[in-house]
Amino acid sequence: MHGYHDLGGTPAGPIEKEQHEVQLWEKRVEALLLLMKRRQIQSSDENRRALESLGAEVYHALTYSERRILALSNNLISKGVFSVEELAAKLKQVEHRKNQLP
Amino acid sequence: MNEPHDHHHAHAAGHRHPPQADHDDTLTYYRRLEIAVRELLIEKGIITAGEVSKVIEDIESRSPEGGARVVARAWSDPKFRELLLRDATSALTSMGFELALFLDTQLVIVENTPDVHNVVVCTLCSCYPRMLLGLPPAWYKSRAYRARVVSEPRAVLREFGLELWDRVAVRVHDSTADLRYLVLPMRPPRTEHMSEAELTALVTRDSMIGTAVCRAPS
Amino acid sequence: MNVALTAPANATPGFRAGDGVRVLDVHPPGHIRTPHYIRGKTGVIERFVGYFRNPEERAYGRSGEPLRALYRVRFAQSEVWARYDGGLRDTIDIDIYEHWLEHLKTP
Repeated sequence: MHGYHDLGGTPAGPIEKEQHEVQLWEKRVEALLLLMKRRQIQSSDENRRALESLGAEVYHALTYSERRILALSNNLISKGVFSVEELAAKLKQVEHRKNQLP
Repeated sequence: MNEPHDHHHAHAAGHRHPPQADHDDTLTYYRRLEIAVRELLIEKGIITAGEVSKVIEDIESRSPEGGARVVARAWSDPKFRELLLRDATSALTSMGFELALFLDTQLVIVENTPDVHNVVVCTLCSCYPRMLLGLPPAWYKSRAYRARVVSEPRAVLREFGLELWDRVAVRVHDSTADLRYLVLPMRPPRTEHMSEAELTALVTRDSMIGTAVCRAPS
Repeated sequence: MNVALTAPANATPGFRAGDGVRVLDVHPPGHIRTPHYIRGKTGVIERFVGYFRNPEERAYGRSGEPLRALYRVRFAQSEVWARYDGGLRDTIDIDIYEHWLEHLKTP
């Protein structure tokens, strides 16, 4: 038995070597993670643990940056940095703003 | 750029346009999540928009070219090479690399020789020598690479177009702790006349991960 | 800060370069930094790296103290994988904390 993130030696197909440009929003995810470390709000180890708690299906379905921001959000909620409700309200606001774009 | 909000930040802080624009204009749930988390952290006074821009600048300032300069210096200067292998942090600092964002990890250089070829992976997550190479390529973070390079490195290297002699020992490094590994590739033959700048151009990202070797221009 | 820290007072690493070691074949709950494929395998201490905060504690927001000795351990690939098809000299190096290691032979 081992975690779904613990991939060494597990069966897998060929390696896709296509280049994907790292998008700006992905850099922002990395920036937030670095800043949370600098503020001593969460360590890399805490983010790894959150990644390992997403569940295998979610972990493998999401892209690298998607699962990293999701893990961070979960940790910030557990730490009381913001509440589930605050996050939901903010997400709604972001969505609304998007719909107002020309 | 797809969001007026970021555009505003980038300019307000007086920064140039980011070199890589965000071409995908679908604001997916996870992109909205990133915006929401960031704005909440800013509103709560935990971080500032300026800090985010500064860190993104730091991230964008790092690319395999940084690692290539270090490798070319090591090929050209035996004293530097010795320091790099013994204490990579001091060697990097001496070249002016800023490491403030990377103090929680320690860079280790592993040297290829005619007898040993090194290749780096992180099977548990995607640890990578970001201070020297920037963000990892997609394949490095992929399930297939993380799964296979430990158990069948020679087959994986073949997929990258690298066939090694049987007499060369393949040494895989699974970075499971706070050490970040960078491969010092071998200097290609017939490059004795080349300057450090010319050598820098021969060093590829993959050669510093270990999925390629450096070749002299034909 | 998580990099090699000052050694705790009176601490001496339990293993030395060249020592034969076995990785514990255990499956504790929680966050684990020793990959599954190496548990129960035997290798050789390549070097003592330093003292680090324990990531398996830090993962839960704790300090990670007491610090743990960290080693780079080298394993023959033919020992790790039953059907390894590369050379006998091929190896894998893994960073492993002291609490995951035991001496191969008790001195």
